[in-house]
Amino acid sequence: MKRIATALSLALLLAFSAQVARAQTLQTVKQRGQLICGANGTLGGFGLPDPQGNWTGFDVDFCRAIAAAIFNDPSKVKFVPLTAGNRFTALQSGEVDVLSRNTTWTMSRDTTLGLDFAAVTFYDGQGFMVHKSLKVSSALELNGASVCVQQGTTTELNLADYFRSHQMALKTVTFATADEATKAYDSGRCDSYTTDSSQLYSERLRLTNPDDNIVLPEIISKEPLGPAVRQGDDSWEDLVRWTHHAMLDAEELGVTKSNVDEQLKSANPETRRLLGVEGQFGQSIGLTNDWAYRIVKYIGNYGESFDRNVGQGSPLKIVRGLNALWTKGGLQYGLPVR
Amino acid sequence: MAAMADTPVLYVRTAPAEQLPPPIASTGFIGWLRANMFSSAGNTILTLAFAALIFWAVPPLVRFLFIDAVWSGPNREVCLASPAHPEPGACWAFVRVWLSYFIYGFYPIAERWRVDVFFAALALGIGWLGWLSAPRRDLGALYFFVILPVLSFILLYGFPALGLAAVPTNLWGGVLVTIVVATVGIVASLPIGILLALGRRSELPAVRWFAIGFIEFVRGVPLITVLFMASVMLPLFVPQQLEPDKLLRALIGVAMFASAYMAEVVRGGLAAVPRGQYEAARALALTYWRMMGLVVLPQALRVTLPNIVNIFIALFKDTTLVFVVGIFDFLRAIEAARGDPRWATPVTATTGYAFAALFYFIFCYGMARYARSVEVRLSRSDRR
Amino acid sequence: MNGAIKSARYSAQAWRIGLQVLLAVIVGGLIYGAFINAADNLERAHIASGFGFWNNSAGFDISQTLIPYSANTSTFGQAFWVGLLNTLLVAALGVVLATILGFAIGIARLSRNWLVARLAGFYVELIRNIPLLLQLLFWYNAVLKALPELRGSIVLPTGGFLNNRGLFLPRPVFAPGFAAVGAALLVGIAAAIVLHIWARRRRERTGAPTPVGWWIAVLIVGLPLAALTLAGFPVAFELPQMSRFNVIGGLEILPEFAALLLALSIYTAAFIAEVVRAGILAVPSGQTEAAQALGLRSGTTLRLIVVPQAMRAIVPPLTNQYLNLTKNSSLAVAIGYPDLVQVFAGSVLNITGQAVEVIAITMAVYLTISLVTSLLMNLYGRMTAIAER
Repeated sequence: MKRIATALSLALLLAFSAQVARAQTLQTVKQRGQLICGANGTLGGFGLPDPQGNWTGFDVDFCRAIAAAIFNDPSKVKFVPLTAGNRFTALQSGEVDVLSRNTTWTMSRDTTLGLDFAAVTFYDGQGFMVHKSLKVSSALELNGASVCVQQGTTTELNLADYFRSHQMALKTVTFATADEATKAYDSGRCDSYTTDSSQLYSERLRLTNPDDNIVLPEIISKEPLGPAVRQGDDSWEDLVRWTHHAMLDAEELGVTKSNVDEQLKSANPETRRLLGVEGQFGQSIGLTNDWAYRIVKYIGNYGESFDRNVGQGSPLKIVRGLNALWTKGGLQYGLPVR
Repeated sequence: MAAMADTPVLYVRTAPAEQLPPPIASTGFIGWLRANMFSSAGNTILTLAFAALIFWAVPPLVRFLFIDAVWSGPNREVCLASPAHPEPGACWAFVRVWLSYFIYGFYPIAERWRVDVFFAALALGIGWLGWLSAPRRDLGALYFFVILPVLSFILLYGFPALGLAAVPTNLWGGVLVTIVVATVGIVASLPIGILLALGRRSELPAVRWFAIGFIEFVRGVPLITVLFMASVMLPLFVPQQLEPDKLLRALIGVAMFASAYMAEVVRGGLAAVPRGQYEAARALALTYWRMMGLVVLPQALRVTLPNIVNIFIALFKDTTLVFVVGIFDFLRAIEAARGDPRWATPVTATTGYAFAALFYFIFCYGMARYARSVEVRLSRSDRR
Repeated sequence: MNGAIKSARYSAQAWRIGLQVLLAVIVGGLIYGAFINAADNLERAHIASGFGFWNNSAGFDISQTLIPYSANTSTFGQAFWVGLLNTLLVAALGVVLATILGFAIGIARLSRNWLVARLAGFYVELIRNIPLLLQLLFWYNAVLKALPELRGSIVLPTGGFLNNRGLFLPRPVFAPGFAAVGAALLVGIAAAIVLHIWARRRRERTGAPTPVGWWIAVLIVGLPLAALTLAGFPVAFELPQMSRFNVIGGLEILPEFAALLLALSIYTAAFIAEVVRAGILAVPSGQTEAAQALGLRSGTTLRLIVVPQAMRAIVPPLTNQYLNLTKNSSLAVAIGYPDLVQVFAGSVLNITGQAVEVIAITMAVYLTISLVTSLLMNLYGRMTAIAER
């Protein structure tokens, strides 16, 4: 009887263990001594490990910026490669603290998947890549073409919408991963490959003959990409959002990785507030006041990260375009630190 | 009669004639050929057709794999068709460059000796248990089922207190993952499978129905869906703070899957134990667990050993499916490397697959031969 | 004394009941805990639950659809049926091909011709010891992708094209008069069955051999042919056309489908060959010898004595192989063939995010197929059990 009683209480314990409250994300991260970041893992320029396991990329640098702000050490991040299919579950289940994996901010994801987007770090849009030999110069000429696409992404839905709205015939060939879709396109299985144009530039470099392929000018969708966090932890969301804006503000104020130490002596009140010389802004998000200084010191400002990973300083050579600062005709508008 | 007696006898054989050798066409190699390959018109046609098939298929294969193959080189240029090399064969240079990735994945280079030690420790355990006349096989079982798992975990995952840096599982890959998944599957599924098999033969209806339900459910669905379930649904079913590791989730799925199949194999072994053994054990007043543990299971497991090896072979092949939850096993590592533009040639895919096929074939065929030899040995000892 | 035995029996009884209650409590507790956790996690994550998504518009396209489906008008429910039918199609064709190939190889392994037996043995060992996924990738990436590109298509003599986007064949378009041909086929089959039964009864009654094979062939093939001729060939063929980007029209066989079908058939055939071999070897050699002693020819012996007895040992494991093939068709996800797992547990799961519901439905489908087949198998086993006399 005693054994049965023990077993019963064990079972009950198990059932009620669900009721244990969840610790706040920032606290958890600090206790763990490490940020866990969901990243792409196969997309050069955004998130890709080299054979030694060192991660680089635009989305990767964003996570490093968070780690720098928290720990004063950009290497205290563990990257978890996620697919388009399992990224949301990984965030929901708590496997990762932040999802920084070229993810489009849409209303349904924001409202029904239990996550919140913190910022738009990259304004992207869906485009098409075609073989040059087809002599196609516009996506509107693709009537009847077969298109390779990755499953479970908004691209799959946008593609059908675009062809439908232009009354064009479409043959879709769907693959589980971007990798397989690219390989299939490369082998001639499809006329065209569609995904976010940033990704097209990146995948093009992996084709057998990159120069035999062109990216068409049409952008058929709005793809604001940004980091996402679990819904319900507002202070963690604030931290992630302000990491992005700190990088933008730094670029706008001309604070760079190389001059950040001199800028500490700047007379500009905006710069002084950003770098923590004045005010208590870091403490308000649970960090030290030099949080933004750390970000710029280790990672650089937004423009530096962009150039290094995807822009002119990288093989991708994506132009700033919509991602230029608002002062230069783009959409990136850093919110004021005050 | 009389005439016969008068006729002089010219020749009478006094010794029996020496036996002539059989006609040359019915002995030796020619005779064997006639009996086995050209015994009738139909057979001759069959033989010729299949011989033609061999001559059509084998020489190009040998040319592709060996003669025209490229064994080393820095990049894809060496494997592309050129005037000097109009029809390039297998691009082994590609395999050479990527080989360490195929074996270790992203496991840190400085720590790879730990993986090698793990392979050696595992080989020792398998040898100890698999060699039927090895000394102290009871110690071997203890080593394989208790010491080895702990040792492997410490080695592979790391144990900072002992100076072994932690290596998170998302860096593991290639052969390492293939072997870890298959071995963990078999080691975990044996005890669970035995319990399930006993449960299925239990007299207690609740226990029996639970075992039947579990076994039939798992056997009725594809492994891919079990892995999906382990990967997507498991995190939802456990409290938030547990956060099971990705590889661990796949391992749980594989272990569940293998347990159901193991249970059926063990059940077959239990059925093969004669009733008299149970009755004799009962007559000696052994309790249920002592009867099973001391009398029935040792006999049942002995006859099931070949089938357990067969499950291991199936599991070894099925580890390739863990790619659906984003784990880079050996085959997935080859698929990933195939996408490397520096090695993009028309023969890269075929070369990678040929290499993978060789790897799996050697392992699986070797194990299958082993299972068959055990089977023969067991049936011989039964006849005694 | 008596009381002690009685109380011992009661305590054993209590122990047995207690053990079962314990198991029920543990299992119930686990399920309850999982349920609470899932509800809690889903609630906190604000994930919708329930099966309301079934009738929502799907919005994505599928490359092979056996029933009408379009991205703009169809629902997730229709996508489910498309995926299920694609699974069933590849499984059904795979079962037929694997059976033919498997029986041929299984019998070849027992051939007295050394070369044939060895080659069949080599086939079985080679195929069985290489993972199915590897074979699938090989057929898809190394063989079918190596076919010429669209512009270099191989033109088939019957009208049609072969390239790395698939095989394009003329598609028969049936005029209304074709119904007569179908009816003739049905009549032919019915007549053939009647004839077969009559012939068997006659043979059992009189012992005289009654060969009707040719008549059956005439009934099944000849009748529809005659109807076809009489109706004036009410069939037209739609030829595939080369267009700017693709081949349009005609009957399209996707390379993904072809690769999956090839891999599944070739892989399963190796296992079926072993089943067939074991089944034939299970027939005691005395049966063959007795038949020969009665003067039956070897073909007749095989057909009337060996095969019927071997089938009893073959059918149950054969069905298992059929089930394995069906379950293995879920590997389609690796090459992008739109089967149930790829469409439903892939696209639909990712778009709706409702993992629990989608995976539960997917598993329920496979489970249903398995259980129904097992049920039929048990019935068959009962029907063919040896009636001891």
